[in-house]
Amino acid sequence: MAKKTISMRKDSHEESVAIIEETQAAEQTETAAADTDTAAETAAAKPNDKKPAAGVLGDAMKRGIILENPVLRLVLGTCPTLATTTAASNAIGMGIAATLVLICSNTVISLLRNIIPDKVRIPAYITIIASFVSIVQMLVKAFAPALDESLGIYLPLIVVNCIILGRAEMYASKHAPALSALDGLAMGVGFTTALLCMGTIREILGAGSLFGAKLPILSSQPILFFSLAPGGFFVFGMLIAAANKLSKKNNLPVRNGCGDCPAAATCSLSGKGGCR
Amino acid sequence: MNMTVKIVTIILAGILTNNYVLSKFLGICPFLGVSKKLDTAMGMSAAVIFVMLLSTAVTYPIQRFVLEALGLEYLQTIVFILIIAALVQLVEIVLKKYIPALHASLGVYLPLITTNCAVLGCAILVTEDFGSAAYASFGEGYAYALSCAFGSGLGFLVAMAIFAGVRKRMESCDIPETLKGLPITLVAASLVAMSFLGFSGVVHM
Repeated sequence: MAKKTISMRKDSHEESVAIIEETQAAEQTETAAADTDTAAETAAAKPNDKKPAAGVLGDAMKRGIILENPVLRLVLGTCPTLATTTAASNAIGMGIAATLVLICSNTVISLLRNIIPDKVRIPAYITIIASFVSIVQMLVKAFAPALDESLGIYLPLIVVNCIILGRAEMYASKHAPALSALDGLAMGVGFTTALLCMGTIREILGAGSLFGAKLPILSSQPILFFSLAPGGFFVFGMLIAAANKLSKKNNLPVRNGCGDCPAAATCSLSGKGGCR
Repeated sequence: MNMTVKIVTIILAGILTNNYVLSKFLGICPFLGVSKKLDTAMGMSAAVIFVMLLSTAVTYPIQRFVLEALGLEYLQTIVFILIIAALVQLVEIVLKKYIPALHASLGVYLPLITTNCAVLGCAILVTEDFGSAAYASFGEGYAYALSCAFGSGLGFLVAMAIFAGVRKRMESCDIPETLKGLPITLVAASLVAMSFLGFSGVVHM
């Protein structure tokens, strides 16, 4: 049993390691270390290349939620993470909206990956993403007006969420539509999980309630700090610290650095070890 | 309210009470990413102010005279992001050709701004706050929208400058292993945001 999980994890690492190789990272020492790992890992992962559908799904989910959690491990999409997590229900709403956009845009971009010219791919991606955001916006306005009210400006701002453009650039433009849709789902679930986690903490501490239901004791004297902007930064920092600690304890691979950043190609910091 | 007073109020609100970064969480990525050094922080902020003003100057009339006139409000998101992306490209080309000195200092930040949510957020927010529903006369609404864009950009600059100073002090601190890197940066951002809470209620719109 234990062996099986280990080989599964190694298998899903292939993806991230391949990305590291491609970016020709400037941090040679780190890359060199990763490369030696790669060789061992690819060798170990070779035998079960063709996996049943359930295995592929499990791998993608594990990658999206734990190994490459877009919020806690790759630190993408910080704006909605901080802004929409004052209540757990808002966090879920934001997560589902972003997941829908991610699945649809990943599928369409993957279908068009051989047609879109390389030079204008970013504007093309943005147009596709913006169309789906508009659709989701209309759906939310029609069927969940209360959610539309509480998400406000952050709903149209899904367009500029780095997670969506990042997955388009790093995954959907290189993989088949079905795999890309699955990747979108997994990343979306990872995003929603992280948002829910943060929303729950902030709602319990900041408002003394959970999903709108008042909790005993806590609701009599809620700590307003956690509902306000500074509390968002603080809880996010603590969650990332916890994620770092856990991943170090379990020997998870280092983050991909600039590999997953949509701006890496144009960013002046990507050659200097990234902005983090 | 007198128009001049109102413009000053809007600008002050953008800097102190409605700070985009510290109270509305717009533009967090550059806020955390390029605030390590004061000069890069200033370069990025200057580029943001410039693009924010320019994009608002273009999107506001388009919202009123094209989208609203034709009943196409639902296309706002897609139209605005394309305008911003095209504008950023255009600005980069023009700067490269005619003002290479400015391009050398701002150029590296320009492509990053396309995906900066503060710019798109500002363009959308001003059409809500100062749109045709609130101000029937175009000139008045346009003036307020532009001053809001300028004030928000200045607020971004102030937040970046303060935070760059805080991070510089932090470099010499003894930080627990687990908190090194991003976590302690976020905690510092939390403290800066808390200090800005003190301004709440200073400016009344």
